[in-house]
Amino acid sequence: MLSPQAIEKIDYELTKYPADQRIAAVMSALRIVQTERGWLSKESITDVAQYLRIPEIAALEVAGFYNMYDLSPVGQYKITVCTNISCMLRDSDEIVDHLKEKLGVGFNEVTADGKFCLKEGECMGACGGAPLMTVNNHTMHEFLTPEKVDAILEELK
Amino acid sequence: MTTPTTAAASTPMNSYEAGKPVMTDLNGQTLLCLRTLAEENPASLETYIKLGGYSALKRIVSEKTKATDIITQVKTSGLRGRGGAGFPTGLKWSFMPRYFDGVKYLVCNSDEGEPGTFKDRDIIRYNPHQLIEGMAIAAYTLGARVGYNYIHGEIWQDYEIFEAALHEAKAAGYLGENLFGTNFCFDLYAVHGYGAYICGEETALIESIEGKKGQPRFKPPFPASYGVFGKPTNVNNTESYASIPWIMQHGGEAFAALGVPNSGGTKLFSVSGHVGKPGNYEVKMGTPFTELLEMAGGVWKGRKLKAVIPGGPSTPVMPASAIMGATMDYEGLSKARSSLGAGSMIVMDETTCMVKALHRLSYFFYEESCGQCTPCREGTGWVYRVITRIVNGKGKMEDLDLLTDVSNNISGRTICALGEAAATPVLSFIKHFRPEFEYYIQHGKSMVESQNDAVVDGKAEPK
Repeated sequence: MLSPQAIEKIDYELTKYPADQRIAAVMSALRIVQTERGWLSKESITDVAQYLRIPEIAALEVAGFYNMYDLSPVGQYKITVCTNISCMLRDSDEIVDHLKEKLGVGFNEVTADGKFCLKEGECMGACGGAPLMTVNNHTMHEFLTPEKVDAILEELK
Repeated sequence: MTTPTTAAASTPMNSYEAGKPVMTDLNGQTLLCLRTLAEENPASLETYIKLGGYSALKRIVSEKTKATDIITQVKTSGLRGRGGAGFPTGLKWSFMPRYFDGVKYLVCNSDEGEPGTFKDRDIIRYNPHQLIEGMAIAAYTLGARVGYNYIHGEIWQDYEIFEAALHEAKAAGYLGENLFGTNFCFDLYAVHGYGAYICGEETALIESIEGKKGQPRFKPPFPASYGVFGKPTNVNNTESYASIPWIMQHGGEAFAALGVPNSGGTKLFSVSGHVGKPGNYEVKMGTPFTELLEMAGGVWKGRKLKAVIPGGPSTPVMPASAIMGATMDYEGLSKARSSLGAGSMIVMDETTCMVKALHRLSYFFYEESCGQCTPCREGTGWVYRVITRIVNGKGKMEDLDLLTDVSNNISGRTICALGEAAATPVLSFIKHFRPEFEYYIQHGKSMVESQNDAVVDGKAEPK
């Protein structure tokens, strides 16, 4: 069951499309539900599909195609570090190594306390601020240094 | 209203401070798409109106300017698609059917995901209203009733700035029904991607708006006849739309005169990598590369320039010697055997290992191939595995010809341009830096890093 808050948000997204194109809101609906629940379980995808009155496979297909949807748990905070060329040139490797050491996990792993998950990201279109990372998809941190990463982690603890 | 406080602005390396651009970085720039940048609250409606914003839209709609006259101005301006392809915008507009019984759509492609490209982000967060006005003028001209701005999901905070600007514009009577007391109606919405480079391809983007996987469509039919929900659709890049209000305010000729022949106007260059002040720089088309590099703080740490990817990885890499004399415009860069692309300049200094740089790029294209066409799906993986083998010290000399051969067989054999985009870095890196690849294969390690290590050991510098 979707929460009343999620339904309200999805209904707003539906106003952007013709009435007979409810499927168009699937990108937003999955994002809304993922933000609320942390990741997209099979049940979450079913909930979205039922609300939009689309086949479950259509929702699953979209959830599986786009990188920012998570089909398995990612802890409380998902940290995605861009390692693409512009970030790499400004030493994103140092940031990745630092995060791995600090959190004690590798890419795609969740810390034992369920708090953090580390992901390798592709270009986020903000290369002027390299190296950079996002926390839970929606908060970007730019011009990273190991010290700045420490400060961010401290705040999330 | 949202002021752009999202530009994480605490370190001195940042070009922007507390959401407000630092004035010194504007030196030498010609601010047109980013004309609000020198103001206190660049993204606010108030600021935009103070600078003459929405006046062109109001005049055009109130005076019922003929669509053909507007298209003529856009053609005269020499504006070419700023997303990378460089197709003349006025000509593209003329492909939209004039008479169509139903809703026509307008789409803005703000799905920047090609490494090194981040110019549209600054238009969205620092001057959203100019983009809205540009889209509204385009909608009036092309008879589009509904518009979508597709913004990639990674810049979520900027997506929210744009949504706020849309509500503000609607409340002020610049979007919605019966604008300026006429029968012109235009609804504009923000929609978002969620992590797929391929959606920057216009038909994949349309699929994504429709709530599907972003897999490109066969063309023809082109979006002008079969676009969003199967209806005629005009797709332009953010910077292209944002140029329109200025063109309609000052005339196509004035815009053309800012640039050089065949490259009208100004261009936003996203400068990233090994420079002192990475960021966006809006300059006149035809600006010498050396001037742009200087504006961006020059090569960092006093090092020497090695190579530049001038327009994003889908444009051929250029050794320093080839780009030093080039001018930044369509013809300037094609004469220098590369291309302007989206103006995404990735600067690499002398310490860059080209084998490892290509290794990272090849992973990107492998990861982002949508999987629809076999040559791209299989070819990008093949290329990545061969370069990985080289990086791991297990490369063979024949691998270089193999890489060239595989890349040539991806290029031109796919539905969309990602195939070519994936082949270009491989072919150009090997062409210009072959000795580095050969060294890596022979010695099992990087030529550049070996040299750097020698320097570091000699001077006992911390690494």
